[in-house]
Amino acid sequence: MDLSVTSREEGGRTVVEVSGEIDVYTAPTLRERLNELVGAGHHHLVVDMEGVEFLDSTGLGVLVGGLKRVRSHDGSLHLVCQREKILKVFRITGLTKVFPIHDSVADAIAASSAADTSGAAS
Amino acid sequence: MPTVALRFSPLAEHVRTARLVAVAVARRAGFEETQLDEIRIAIGEACARAVLRTRGDALVTMDLTDDDDRLDVVVRDAAAVGGVPHADDEDPLALALMAGMAEDVSVDDSDSSAGAVRMSWSRQQPSASIGDSEPAGP
Repeated sequence: MDLSVTSREEGGRTVVEVSGEIDVYTAPTLRERLNELVGAGHHHLVVDMEGVEFLDSTGLGVLVGGLKRVRSHDGSLHLVCQREKILKVFRITGLTKVFPIHDSVADAIAASSAADTSGAAS
Repeated sequence: MPTVALRFSPLAEHVRTARLVAVAVARRAGFEETQLDEIRIAIGEACARAVLRTRGDALVTMDLTDDDDRLDVVVRDAAAVGGVPHADDEDPLALALMAGMAEDVSVDDSDSSAGAVRMSWSRQQPSASIGDSEPAGP
């Protein structure tokens, strides 16, 4: 199954919908799309992974790279994922501590916006 | 002798083929979905690593042996052809996933020879309906 990456604006955030398999072959496509978005000034990303069937370490590396890039612009990267087999990949590698992972896009947008507001107030 | 052996040129697009073959063999051997997910991930990592290490025209080899409730997998690369990357280049995420998903893992990459990753799983008895796996995707 091929990888598909689409993006849209929602609630002041850029929602990146990813579906298919993220592996050593397809991960460069995702990296390119994330880099384009960040380069175009989209610094608050919500990556919706509900349609992701498979995720390997290369894909994790791309997400970590994306997180570093948005953070260098004071941005954020939230994930949406409920699939146990994908969550397991984050748990085994300890990345559940690195990424905020939400059950829905709405939750992710709310958490991302709340963090932004509290950050601005401090 | 392996039950199924696969040799492929070291290109990233063939890693998916290797995963599909490995999961098909494991499914036929009676492994359940949860273990198939583990096998898919660990073998994908081992094959991706082999592809990245192999230089030139050498082929990556995957041997799957299904024997007596066990699945043994050996993925061999041909890193010696173009020089073995430094251990520093190893992706800790890949190693963590292999270690976390397989029951036994050994990574053998002595500098003088091609590397091999060996992994195995023993077939779990069908469990009661605790923690039923999620329904299949669309």
